[in-house]
Amino acid sequence: MNGPLIAEFADPDALRAALRLIKGSEHRAIDAFTPYPVEGVAEALNIPASRIRYVMLGGGLIVAACAFALQWYSAVIDYPLNSGGRPLNSWQVFLLVPFEVGVFAAALCGVIAFFRACGLPRLHHPLFEIPGFERATQDHFFLLAAAGDDGEAIRDLRGILQAAGARLVTEVRQP
Amino acid sequence: MKPVLDPVWPAPHRWIASQHASDVAITQAIADPVFAPVGRTWWIAVLASLPFALWFIGSIGWLFYEGIGIWGINSTVVWGAAIANYVWWIGIGNAGTLISSMLLLTRQQWRGSINRFAETMTLIAVAIAGIMPIIHLGRPLYAYWLAPYPNTMALWPQWRSALVWDFWAIVSYLLFSILFWYVSLIPDLATMRDRARFRAGQVLYGIFALGWRGSARHWDRLKVLHTTMAALGVPLVCSVHSIVGLDFAASLMPGWQESIFPPYFVVGAMYSGFAMVIILALVIRWGLNLQAIITMNHFEVMSRIVLMASIVMGYSYATEWFMAWYGGEHSERSVVAFEFAGTYAPLFWTLLFCNVLLPQALWFPHVRRSLPALFVIAIAINIGMWLERILIIFNTLSHDYMPSVWRTFHFGFWDWSFLIAPLGLFALLFLMFVRLLPAVSMFEMRQLSHEEGAT
Repeated sequence: MNGPLIAEFADPDALRAALRLIKGSEHRAIDAFTPYPVEGVAEALNIPASRIRYVMLGGGLIVAACAFALQWYSAVIDYPLNSGGRPLNSWQVFLLVPFEVGVFAAALCGVIAFFRACGLPRLHHPLFEIPGFERATQDHFFLLAAAGDDGEAIRDLRGILQAAGARLVTEVRQP
Repeated sequence: MKPVLDPVWPAPHRWIASQHASDVAITQAIADPVFAPVGRTWWIAVLASLPFALWFIGSIGWLFYEGIGIWGINSTVVWGAAIANYVWWIGIGNAGTLISSMLLLTRQQWRGSINRFAETMTLIAVAIAGIMPIIHLGRPLYAYWLAPYPNTMALWPQWRSALVWDFWAIVSYLLFSILFWYVSLIPDLATMRDRARFRAGQVLYGIFALGWRGSARHWDRLKVLHTTMAALGVPLVCSVHSIVGLDFAASLMPGWQESIFPPYFVVGAMYSGFAMVIILALVIRWGLNLQAIITMNHFEVMSRIVLMASIVMGYSYATEWFMAWYGGEHSERSVVAFEFAGTYAPLFWTLLFCNVLLPQALWFPHVRRSLPALFVIAIAINIGMWLERILIIFNTLSHDYMPSVWRTFHFGFWDWSFLIAPLGLFALLFLMFVRLLPAVSMFEMRQLSHEEGAT
């Protein structure tokens, strides 16, 4: 069994060209690694829509509700204090604190969901072993693709990647 | 040091003042100053700001020992420099996240050049702002009573108090800003990890980069998270400074009890914050040789926003005066008359000059393109905004309903200490930031460069 191939490109157009060529073949593009978000790559890789926003909404609303409940409990049940004849449940001004902490909680839930969706944090990844991969965060564009099942497929995929303009094609082996 | 990107003027691209800005050149221009040996300018700047930072710490120590009587406050003017400084610093602190979020949501590509250091400015300024109300407490050791927790006194915070809202607003906002700043820093930390030549740098940047690989999935998720946080950030920032405005407006004092306060405080925050961003942009551009990345066009658009904010500020002041007259309340009218002709009138006229009159020079294109002029105007705006905050306190408290308690605030050494010394701490922390982290967002600059066709 051959491992997937990773190809290194010098510019985003070559990466897009490779994605187009792979789409019309038996092979499968797994992921791309780029120094900045390249337009169209996520769509070409069929990355499913993110659900981070739902997590943020849920987390924010839950924490905001807890903050409101805390105020209501302390001001109405546990420590009722008549402050200038205002109602004990002064819900209008009790909305300020839930808003503030709710927004922060939504952001925190978003960050946690983001880490989970990306599989971060991790200290090491097999791709970091690929020579030259450090340029993925600087100026080079990488494409990870798996060859089809047929015996000659890996050679065919290598040819496709090179035709698209890959500078270097390396086989990634699982450690 | 010769800049990596050769600046060309007039700029061949809208937001990049260099003929070619390849990914490598951008990365080098931004990341290399961090890895380069520490220059003499940086050391001089550190040595110049360090005494001020120590002065600030020493002042806080003396305040804790002696009590708030060291300031010029008295039983009539019970709020003083600490509260004005708080409002001023939180205003500056609001701007970084506000600017960054609003420009992200409105797809202003040029934000890439300024958002990183503007957000850093936010973090440092909010942290300094958070110190101010605590040191203003007569008994700062009880500051934690603001937090709700089960206690043997069976007490809870007074949730109807504007000061309690303030506590939650600052804490939430500071933590939110840290997350917002860090999320957009992760890809750049990965670049730093991959460029570091020393083991210690690789390990440290590597830990904070969290294993970022620039995968298409990562970028997609990051974009979703970042834009959603920006959409949450704008109302959060507006609410934070509105709550600061409510500290005043929720009272019954003449000159404070005005419904215009929250929006007018938010615009004031954006105004002083943008002026501070201009100052920092000038310093970073010069210090890190980023003339090709922070271009004249950036200053041009920032100046326009500042001009717009100055007009809104002038309009807000005029609304205050008009409403005082139109409302017909004697004490309100009397406070406005006191502003123009009372004890603090010279400060008030300086405020109007700095905030409303001088920025009108930005109508002229050659002023917007003159960096020395911009520097002077930005400094003047920050002075004017500080005067505005201190005068909101002074005028109202010195000229309350009851003439028999009218008194003047006398600005003394310790008031000056808490005004000047925090600036040194700010400068020191900012100098640490430019030595440790990329001051401009590298991945956004790469993207911008590709979109501008500059590669």
